[in-house]
Amino acid sequence: METETSTNVTAGVMATPHGEVVLRMRGISKSFGSVQALTDVDLDIAAGEVVALVGDNGAGKTTLVKVLAGVHPQDSGTIELQGEQVSIDNPSTAISLGIATVFQDLALCENLDVVSNLFLGRELSKKRLDEVTMEVKSWELLRQLSARLPSVRQPASSLSGGQRQTVAIARSLLGEPRVILLDEPTAALGVAQTAEVLDLIERLRENGLAVMMISHNMEDVNAVADRVVVLRLGRNNGVFDINEVTSRDVVAAITGATDNVVTRRAGRRSTHRTALAKEEFDS
Amino acid sequence: MSTKPEPAVTTEARALDRQDERVTQYAGLSGALKSTTARVRSGDLGALPVVIGLVLIAIVFQVLNPLFLSSRNLVNLTLEASSVGVISLGVVCVLLVGEIDLSVGSVSGLSGAIVAVLGVQQGWPMPLAIATAIATGLLIGIIYGQAFTRFGMPSFVATLAGLLGFLGLQLFVLGAAGSINIPFDSGLVRFAQQSFLPRPVAYLAAALVALVVLLVGLENSRARRKAGLSAASLQLLLIRSAVVLAALEFAAWYLNRARGVSWMFLFFAILVIVMQYLFTRTGWGRWVYAIGGNVEAARRTGINVRRVYQSVFILCSGFAAVGGVLAAARLGSANQSSGTGDINLNAIAAAVIGGTSLFGGRGNAYSALLGTFVIASISSGLTLLNLSSSIRFMITGAVLALAVAVDSLARRSRAAQGGV
Repeated sequence: METETSTNVTAGVMATPHGEVVLRMRGISKSFGSVQALTDVDLDIAAGEVVALVGDNGAGKTTLVKVLAGVHPQDSGTIELQGEQVSIDNPSTAISLGIATVFQDLALCENLDVVSNLFLGRELSKKRLDEVTMEVKSWELLRQLSARLPSVRQPASSLSGGQRQTVAIARSLLGEPRVILLDEPTAALGVAQTAEVLDLIERLRENGLAVMMISHNMEDVNAVADRVVVLRLGRNNGVFDINEVTSRDVVAAITGATDNVVTRRAGRRSTHRTALAKEEFDS
Repeated sequence: MSTKPEPAVTTEARALDRQDERVTQYAGLSGALKSTTARVRSGDLGALPVVIGLVLIAIVFQVLNPLFLSSRNLVNLTLEASSVGVISLGVVCVLLVGEIDLSVGSVSGLSGAIVAVLGVQQGWPMPLAIATAIATGLLIGIIYGQAFTRFGMPSFVATLAGLLGFLGLQLFVLGAAGSINIPFDSGLVRFAQQSFLPRPVAYLAAALVALVVLLVGLENSRARRKAGLSAASLQLLLIRSAVVLAALEFAAWYLNRARGVSWMFLFFAILVIVMQYLFTRTGWGRWVYAIGGNVEAARRTGINVRRVYQSVFILCSGFAAVGGVLAAARLGSANQSSGTGDINLNAIAAAVIGGTSLFGGRGNAYSALLGTFVIASISSGLTLLNLSSSIRFMITGAVLALAVAVDSLARRSRAAQGGV
């Protein structure tokens, strides 16, 4: 069943990246003990492009992000950054290579204000903190993102979910990354806040960054992504151009082929309907 | 630096950080008062509870015994407070990262014993004996730091083991003698018992502090204005340093009516100011608060969390050792009961009473100063009333419980306001 879809997908739509490829992953495999989390995964991300990484729970999305973020280095396979092969062994290497990651749990310090959170770990002049420059730079950064924060001196604990996501993304931008990875940026956000974050992602694309976001929400994917990369059970299961694919096809690729709980449900409904129609006819 | 009042606020002239209309605009002196009130209401109590507590304590004891607020008694109080205060300053460091050190009392006792044995019994030069004692404290801090970061031992357990272990070591070091007197003519004892600032110097020092407060304020204000940020007005800065000047000069004058300001207390106060600078103005201090607030977040930003933990444990045991030396010097002897009894809990209680949260990430160096004053005041007041230590323990315990309750309630209030 699964092989059928894979061949189908590779033979069918294989969307190519829009623009110059910044990050190229080839044959990435990663296992945790006996569990093969990723098998021969290929992925390209171009500058000025938003790639949505979708897949069911346990499809290996977060593992792939963690490989790129240097949290778990891959077992085999290569990563090329602007044509140069790199090895990402730990989080600080990833950051210095220009790969910024915004993890799902936003990792803000609630007791520190926005400026301190933004510059945490890369404070200016550590022996006598340059608060003035940090504050000015914070405002500049937030303005670039058209983020609306009333004050950068309020503690992170007083921010709304969308504002926190904004701060977390802004922080990842401080290192002037080339690639930015967002792990479910809109999970647990309200309607307005989701829109805010999606706007932000579009601005990242306009600024020429290569953006990859993990998402479970097909609406968000349709709203901002240029291409959709589907993982299933740790393998590539199709790359789609968002303009040439329906959500239905993507869902089919995520769940694997036509026989799944979604189609079975649809099938049951139609048989039921036929039965009803037949009864009606008989009477 | 303009002396004119701030221009009328228009959208154009608004500072960079005041452009959002949702930010309440506080300007001038009344604005400063208003913003403080708003902050306290939202559960950010700062030093308010402990200051109120100190005033209450002063009133109650003064009514019960008019000697309580006499210059003589207050001079004694500053002397009593210094050694516990220094220990408490170390406790503030570990509390800020959300850990605890229960062994500060034992470490202080051990350090006093080392000074007495090496400096008096073995005849080492006193500075060398003191250096050895403090080095021992630092070494103990390294051990705790390694136990915590390498072996993942909870600091509570590691230091509880240390509490017992280092008490044993203290008894071992003291040996059969059990109690060693430090000669009264040694520099160390004179420093702790009889060294006071010459009166004019005390006044001068107070003025100097106020001047530094003013200059730092002006410099900050100038830099912020230059960068287009809102800044405190000259009027506010002048009033602030005038208040500091008046308070410190009054304190100096009042203490000078008796023996004066002791060098030991000045030493403690300088340590507090240095630590406050490190906490609030350096990258290290920022990391300490970050770890207390959210360790995982701190780790992911690339902060070397292990090193920061290590540093606070070293500071804590180091300060405990320094406090132990001061305590031995103040008493003029080191014995088997040095550092035992209530020293341990007093030092921890002082930090918490002073407003440093047990939950980590909140507090400051001044809490060691204020908290120690509360503890020392209660102790001194009850001694003046000829009450036994049974009553003293119960009252100190009740005050500690109250302080923790205030901390927890403030935390809940912050949570209700959208904070944590």
